[in-house]
Amino acid sequence: MIQSHATAEEIHGHPALQHHFENMEQQREAGTLGMWVFLVTEIMFFGGMFLAYTLYRSTYPQAFASASNHLDITLGTLNTGVLILSSLTMALAVYFTQVGKRQPQILCLVLTLILGLTFLGVKAFEYYDKYESALIPGHLIPSHPFDPHVHHEGDPPNPHAIELLPGATLRQVELFYWIYFAMTGMHALHMIIGAGLLTFLLIYSLKGRFDPEYHSPVEIIGLYWHFVDIVWIFLFPLLYLLGRHFGHGG
Amino acid sequence: MKAEEFELPPPSRVNYLNATYGLKSWLLTKDHKRIALLYLGSITFFFFIGGLYALMIRLELLTPQGDFLQSTTYNKVFTQHGIIMIFFFLIPSIPATLGNFLVPMMIGAKDLAFPRINLLSWYIYLIGGVITIYALLAGGVDTGWTFYTPFSTTFSNSYVVATGLGIFINGFSSILTGLNFIVTIHTMRAPGMTWFRMPLFLWSIYATSLVMILGTPVIAITILLLAFERVSRVGIFDPALGGDPILFQHLFWFYSHPAVYIMVLPSMGVVSELIANFSRKNIFGYRFVAFSSLAIAVFGFLVWGHHLFVTSQSVYAGMIFSFLSFAVAIPSAIKVFNWTATLYKSSISYDTPMLYALGFIGLFTVGGMTGLFLAALALDVHLSDTYFVVAHFHYIMVGGALMGYLGGLHYWWPKITGRMYPEGWGRFSALVIFVGFNLTFLPQFVAGFLGMPRRYHAYPPEFQVFNVLSSAGASILGLGMLIPAIYFVWSMRYGKVAESNPWHLPGLEWRTQSPPITENFDVTPVVTWEAYEFAPPEETEIIGKFGSELEQPA
Amino acid sequence: MQSWIPLVPDSASTLSWKVDAIYFYLSGITLFFTLLISGILIFFVIRYRRRSPYEIPRPIAGSHKLETLWTVIPFLISMTIFGWASSVYFQQYHPPDNAVEVYVVGKQWMWKIQHSTGQREINELHVPVGRKIKLIMTTEDVIHDFFVPAFRMKADVVPGKYTTQWFEATKTGTFHLFCAEYCGMNHSGMIGSVIVMEPREFDNWLSGNINSASPAAAGQQLYQTLGCVSCHGANGEGGRGPTLAGLVGRKTPLVGGQEVVADEAYIRESILNPQAKLVEGFGPIMPTFQGQVSEDQLLQLLAFIKSLPGGSSQPQGTASPAASGSAAPRPVASPAQPNRPAAGQ
Repeated sequence: MIQSHATAEEIHGHPALQHHFENMEQQREAGTLGMWVFLVTEIMFFGGMFLAYTLYRSTYPQAFASASNHLDITLGTLNTGVLILSSLTMALAVYFTQVGKRQPQILCLVLTLILGLTFLGVKAFEYYDKYESALIPGHLIPSHPFDPHVHHEGDPPNPHAIELLPGATLRQVELFYWIYFAMTGMHALHMIIGAGLLTFLLIYSLKGRFDPEYHSPVEIIGLYWHFVDIVWIFLFPLLYLLGRHFGHGG
Repeated sequence: MKAEEFELPPPSRVNYLNATYGLKSWLLTKDHKRIALLYLGSITFFFFIGGLYALMIRLELLTPQGDFLQSTTYNKVFTQHGIIMIFFFLIPSIPATLGNFLVPMMIGAKDLAFPRINLLSWYIYLIGGVITIYALLAGGVDTGWTFYTPFSTTFSNSYVVATGLGIFINGFSSILTGLNFIVTIHTMRAPGMTWFRMPLFLWSIYATSLVMILGTPVIAITILLLAFERVSRVGIFDPALGGDPILFQHLFWFYSHPAVYIMVLPSMGVVSELIANFSRKNIFGYRFVAFSSLAIAVFGFLVWGHHLFVTSQSVYAGMIFSFLSFAVAIPSAIKVFNWTATLYKSSISYDTPMLYALGFIGLFTVGGMTGLFLAALALDVHLSDTYFVVAHFHYIMVGGALMGYLGGLHYWWPKITGRMYPEGWGRFSALVIFVGFNLTFLPQFVAGFLGMPRRYHAYPPEFQVFNVLSSAGASILGLGMLIPAIYFVWSMRYGKVAESNPWHLPGLEWRTQSPPITENFDVTPVVTWEAYEFAPPEETEIIGKFGSELEQPA
Repeated sequence: MQSWIPLVPDSASTLSWKVDAIYFYLSGITLFFTLLISGILIFFVIRYRRRSPYEIPRPIAGSHKLETLWTVIPFLISMTIFGWASSVYFQQYHPPDNAVEVYVVGKQWMWKIQHSTGQREINELHVPVGRKIKLIMTTEDVIHDFFVPAFRMKADVVPGKYTTQWFEATKTGTFHLFCAEYCGMNHSGMIGSVIVMEPREFDNWLSGNINSASPAAAGQQLYQTLGCVSCHGANGEGGRGPTLAGLVGRKTPLVGGQEVVADEAYIRESILNPQAKLVEGFGPIMPTFQGQVSEDQLLQLLAFIKSLPGGSSQPQGTASPAASGSAAPRPVASPAQPNRPAAGQ
């Protein structure tokens, strides 16, 4: 009884404890639950797009396969690997914060940030490639409307030309790219926000704000980072892989 | 008298209103009570803008011809009435004002879990509101608050993107508010405040928050996709690409039907408080009422398709949605019966808040029952998109949500401001609002059944008599709304100074001074009593032959 | 109902009274529960008014039995409504087989209607009393809704889709036709009337109004000019393209092993996007007619295909691809596709 009272006193003294919480434990619990609730809203947010994807994929399987086959599977795989690795370094960063090892913690945060930026760089390269192929849907870029080359039998090979499977129309391919840009764009936006949050963590870590008693920001932002990775784990097969067999005589 | 045995803190001149001074102390406040007042001011502003639009609609519809407004103007007016009232008044109304003020006080906490996010949510609301107001001033929007594609994406020549942006941004305010409530109720309850000791208002706020966090993101992405579709001139709802405009309606109603519960659930929570406290009786079947809130929140997500009975949706999908829509009516019916049973052998006072609560039960019963007309497939074919629908949802949103809000505002006004509102004027205005409301919307049921379509600028002359009645009612309703607005402002300065516990009630929020100090309580309270415990639990009475099991107090 | 103010809309179709019966049943339930609840409330409020400021009533225990009672009873009542209303809904949206077809195209802000005998009308629909009429409807622009209160019928018209509804008028007269889905500036002007006539009068009206070919005849004309004839044969007997005679309602095997029952939506899709569902045994040689034919013309082609002497269920794809040597069919440009106004900001 006396002992727990003393601990409470001690905790009350922690500089990171906000005035309206009773103790650090309550504060950490609130923060973690808050992030979980937020991630639920994120699932619903992406859910709307996943629904649209599912509906149109089942309605226009040929067009979606044609468009999907045109995506660069190598870059997609590379990016998947990069993100999985970054989840590992993020998890390690949380662990090192909890046990109070500052140097490896900062190293892991830096690694996570670098991997995140790598992902964004590759994504930007892919986007530029789509821009070159005039695959940006509609008049999103006013001077550069959707107008890709269509590969016909006997044409010389052209990396920018899109090969239409029987039954696919260019308009439906445009629909695929609309969904592709909506989903990956929204995902990239989350990555950018994540990179910002990591930078904030890094600054606070360098100032030595975190200790085994107070590590919830690292933990909470870690949750967010893992969530953004998981979204990609769903996006990659849906956008890049499904329907590959159509184009290759499978 | 048990209520008078409470140990009330000594009267103190320092409270949350005068603890600090200056504009900055308000605009940068992290105090949930001050943020509640910021919200109160902003939603009242939007309420009167929305109300002005309503009066313009009723003025136009006084005569069958379109003579007061041009059709383009009229279309913008009803669209903006809907957008302002739904997104900027009804959805934030009770949660952001009364909820913000009371959630921490009712569970014995010093503040919400995330005070800075709470303030942020008000700024987000304000930014969304300013963008929307800009869109309205710049030229307005004429798509109907439902934004149906392809009209909104391709054919409308109004400020759809700007308005959509305003609503999109505002959605985050709603999400953050819901998130804050859920975390607060989970982690910040005072010692002894178990889930089943919580006032029912908190249960309904919790259920509302669930709907907010699960539904709002869907409307956010939908509106975003719509805006991009307008900018890029193609998109996933575009029939020219093979897209399906009905997909938009599915996504839209997946949020917008549950949004009705965002509006009415908190109001039900307020009414539970009012019924119990003004009859000095514990709520009959507390757990049934608490769980019915959650049931409404969950079922509410499964019924969106009943807005699509005439849109070429498959008849089998129609049947499933119809069945689920009948199912969601049941928890609401339970609440109405339990409130009524609570009044049995109670001690009922006729104070203004109670009048609103009784009015709520009557109007909500009509609103809920007429909802069954629209859930009944064959009947909905005839009634959908007519004035019957308009009347039905106004019975829920005004007769339900707004009555609860006004009742709650009167009830907690002494706690919020430390002053009493004038009781006589309060009762009078409650009566005027009740009469004006019924006169406005009852005739619309008949006009709708006769076939008058909604959103009509001009209409065949045989519907005029109903519209004249409706417009007459609207003017009474409008005046009735002005009375509280005036006396509330008046009472802040000249009202009778309120005691800490003017209604003599056992709830936690009444066990601190009025207005409360910034930290709400001097010491964190320890709760040893059940909700609405007016008399010792040993005295509990069992009704007739039926009450074999003691449900509560435990 | 000859009251001063009508409280019930005119009732003029075979389904009207079925819908009204549900309405009155529900109104009765609503009235009963509203009076019950408000009666009890008023009684309690008076009987148990606070008599002294210090009185504290005894707390009350909940009762699972009572609560179960008032959960189950409303549920059972609502299920009766559900079952009843659903069965009528099925009748509303399942047109009988022998119905006369009328084609409806919605457009900002008018209804364009064409009878199967060729008569065209705008914002008016003449029908004979006592005959089943099936409407096949679509729209050129936004979503509209074809609503005739006196018939208790309503259905959206959706771009890119066909919707159907049917009715059988039971009395003569002129009834309101409304657009019930908000469609822009002149939404409230998108109204018209349905004129129900005695069959003999209707025949007179028909014979006095032949100024254009029947949709099937117009469709045949299009069938020639668009070049469909070169692959599908003059009477839809097939050739390089599949047989069209007797197509509607027939199960058709597709490339890839699937099957489809050919309905209006399928035919529409196959004209606009022929590659989407290829018939087994045929190559993807048909050009798309997206943007080449208007909604009106699509309906005419549909009427023509339906009018082909059919029923001959000869196996698909057996017709020998007669090398006719004629040029590949080239769609003829038609100005009918409405220009989509630019989405202004």
